[in-house]
Amino acid sequence: MDRLPLILATFCFLLSFLYTAYMLKTGGHRLSRFNLVTMALGFLLQTWFLHIRGQAIGRCPLTNFFEILIFLSWSIVLLYLLVGPAYRLSLLGAFTSPLVVLIQTVALLAPIRDVPRPSMGSDPWLETHAALSIIAYGAFAMASVAGGMYLIQERQLKTHHFHSSFFFEMPPITHLATANHRLLLAGVLLLTVGLLSGFMVHASLNPVKLAWGGVMWAIYLAILLARRAGPRRIALLSIVAFSLSITALWGLNYLVERTRI
Amino acid sequence: MNVLCLGVSHQTASVEVRERFAVSESQLSRISREIGALPGIAESVIVSTCNRVEFYAASPNAPEALASLRAYLEERSPVHANGNGNGLAASELPAEREPFYILNGPASIDHLFRVASGLESMVIGETEILGQIKKAYATASGAGTTARHLNKLFQRAFNVAKEVRTKTSITRGAVSVGSVAVDLAEKIFGSLAPCRVMILGAGETSELTARALQSRGVKSLFVSNRSYDRAARLAGEMGGSAIHFDEWDRHFSKIDILISSTAAPHAIVTPEKLAPVMHRRPNRPLFVIDLAVPRDVDAAVNHLEGVYLYDIDSLRAIANQGLAVRHREIARCEDLIARHVREFHEWLTADPAQRHSIHFPVISKEA
Repeated sequence: MDRLPLILATFCFLLSFLYTAYMLKTGGHRLSRFNLVTMALGFLLQTWFLHIRGQAIGRCPLTNFFEILIFLSWSIVLLYLLVGPAYRLSLLGAFTSPLVVLIQTVALLAPIRDVPRPSMGSDPWLETHAALSIIAYGAFAMASVAGGMYLIQERQLKTHHFHSSFFFEMPPITHLATANHRLLLAGVLLLTVGLLSGFMVHASLNPVKLAWGGVMWAIYLAILLARRAGPRRIALLSIVAFSLSITALWGLNYLVERTRI
Repeated sequence: MNVLCLGVSHQTASVEVRERFAVSESQLSRISREIGALPGIAESVIVSTCNRVEFYAASPNAPEALASLRAYLEERSPVHANGNGNGLAASELPAEREPFYILNGPASIDHLFRVASGLESMVIGETEILGQIKKAYATASGAGTTARHLNKLFQRAFNVAKEVRTKTSITRGAVSVGSVAVDLAEKIFGSLAPCRVMILGAGETSELTARALQSRGVKSLFVSNRSYDRAARLAGEMGGSAIHFDEWDRHFSKIDILISSTAAPHAIVTPEKLAPVMHRRPNRPLFVIDLAVPRDVDAAVNHLEGVYLYDIDSLRAIANQGLAVRHREIARCEDLIARHVREFHEWLTADPAQRHSIHFPVISKEA
């Protein structure tokens, strides 16, 4: 039953998305507090779930793929609530909410083993490593959201075909390119600290996971440094890299779970 | 109590007729007071803009008020085509039709709400009219010709206009070449204050477009023209710098927006010229507005990353789309207005003792 707040949170995010989609379709969309309120409510419910789960297992709830997905969607909403006000608040939410709904629906409905592993002795470095790495992926997810918005707006401007509501509510492309870059930078910094703290963990970490973390770090660093490629390619790369990272994260955890069995 | 409206507008009368009835700002208070003192008229407001001249009155006896108002206007129109004080009598108007429209009761309330919301404007949804009505009301109020009924009516009209603006898309979308260019520039750059603009070929449309950009914050401007004197004159007028025509492409790397309208018979801005410039500035877009016919800019320029090219046809097409969106919104606006007209008319015709029990719903400030 600890999943109840999570189900309610998913409904909040779904409501936020449906509301914005409806308002955009009817052309009556204006920046409103509704998205912010529903997203914030969903965030509180997510936090409640993570708190219950953390209390139950006596550690940061990042012990299986289900928990990783929930922690990831929590990080995405946290970053949205932090960076959203700097851009067009509700429309960034409109793009973030379906991503969060998708991740949480997969977590809740897909056949993912959710067997929490209680603490065998607390290691703050391990928890720092895991938490910062997942928050970094949250930043990469938001970078891909900003990248997606950039590509939509850029296409509208290039082809002169405007979907009026989308066009008017979208931020300027230069703002989206800046948001994309800053979120990539934040993600790389967080992942750097996350990986470094992994080396401080007393117990031995799974070398495959650690190596993959290093590979993703290198990929994102390369994207970050490739600014001369232009904002369009960077936006595209940030979407591809995030899709790759989330798929690999699932694959690796699946393999680790299978090995444990 | 009744609300009446008698007026002429761009829909009913030519500019020659309208200008003869127009009331200048300096005469507004005096004429308001004169009309307010006519038999049957208790309160009055005059709205006089370049597109309309309207006399609003609150009256306990509508036929008497109308007759005296018409007699007043027939006796002497308040203002004068030639400025010599001789107005145009109604008898001098074209015989074939009456230029005035006369509205009474709910129709006059509906009309004011529509005018304030921009539905009766030449450019549907324009917002300048609201400011003009506010000013007209303030003048009448200052002259002491408004009281309870017109005060409430005009305050209500301002609220309705605000609601129409926030709850519908009637003001959305640019409807002129200049405003489309500004909208697009803001969707590319955000704030236009740091943007540098180059005008290539000092034509009238390019000047208007540049002025529209300046009105949104553009500060840095270069002007280049085959005639350097003309470039220098325009640059001087607009607070920019003039560039010799054979040097304009050397300044490409500095600019964010190019407005081109030369008389060149072939494209002078080509991908070959722009590609090296864009390569050096991969994270800085370039907005190219080609107003020339034949076009100054090779269409292939739009394929370069970071370059957004719009020619005169595409700008006009977007302006027409904006206009079409506004026309589609009219029905939604009318639904909103109709509700407020009903409520106001109920209040107006209610027994004074019962009026306190009729409450207008609060119009939300945010949609």
